[in-house]
Amino acid sequence: MPEQIYHEDVEVGTEITPLAKIATTRMLVQWAGATGDFNPLHYEDDFARAMGVGSPIVHGALKRAWLGQLITNWIGEDGRLKKLSCQYRGMDYPRNMKTLDLPHDGETWWCRGRVTKKYADGGEHLVECEIWVENGKGEITTPGSAVVALPTKRDG
Amino acid sequence: MAEDSLITDRLKELIGVPSEPIVFKVEEGAIQRYAQAIGDDNPVYNDPDVANDRTSGRLLAPPGFTGWPVKADRPTEQLFESLVKAGAPPRVLDGGVEFEFFGSIGAGDVLTATPRISSITERDTRLGKTMFTTAEISYVNQNGDLVLVSRATLIQF
Repeated sequence: MPEQIYHEDVEVGTEITPLAKIATTRMLVQWAGATGDFNPLHYEDDFARAMGVGSPIVHGALKRAWLGQLITNWIGEDGRLKKLSCQYRGMDYPRNMKTLDLPHDGETWWCRGRVTKKYADGGEHLVECEIWVENGKGEITTPGSAVVALPTKRDG
Repeated sequence: MAEDSLITDRLKELIGVPSEPIVFKVEEGAIQRYAQAIGDDNPVYNDPDVANDRTSGRLLAPPGFTGWPVKADRPTEQLFESLVKAGAPPRVLDGGVEFEFFGSIGAGDVLTATPRISSITERDTRLGKTMFTTAEISYVNQNGDLVLVSRATLIQF
């Protein structure tokens, strides 16, 4: 685990440690099983084509979960996530598998964010962040925001 | 409201009315499989031997996980059906979601999820006349504590 981040360590504009993800068809199958979301939009070519998205797309909820990991990694054990939101704006298409474990070459997604507000309220030391998932072309497909409470060095 | 509004009186009657609660059991194996599907190796989701003050000695659920099948979407589907029955447009897109966390969720919890429609608005978009519904679900644990509120946006056209 990375070192604990404190409220004193961040300012408006501070970048959240980015998180790289590679969506693969295998990952979408695993996500379907782990969540019980068996919508064929995420694994069947003909169905996805008929629904007008071309080919199977990455689950919005998986991208949301990536953003959850981005934030919880960043705030560490003593930070607390208070709010997390995102909007499903753009489609993302997984890489196909080349071997049992390895995907074909293709795009890498980056989960990123930065601090937009730093304040205290009700005895809590809070930080608001804008967060997003961007695809290999740098387009933001899943914008969102988060509010977290961070520990202070004085608490320690 | 214009005469050709999508928001019928029958739809307005649905706003704020709680639907039948749904019970979710949060199981340890389901938490692990969910964390693995994200690719999140945080030990508080994966290693039952990590027992400390933060986890109360149990696996914690990653944000948004409320038991298998996950959903958010299961109660939301229930709300969606009631919307369509009341005359809402049948085509739907998942616009996004907001989670507000009030307490931790972990292995062994039994959550009672109560869905309700908290707002309906409409406007013209490139999809045509479009309705935006906020489907709110509150999750209360076995101790009676509110631990999570989710607000999903349904885009109907």
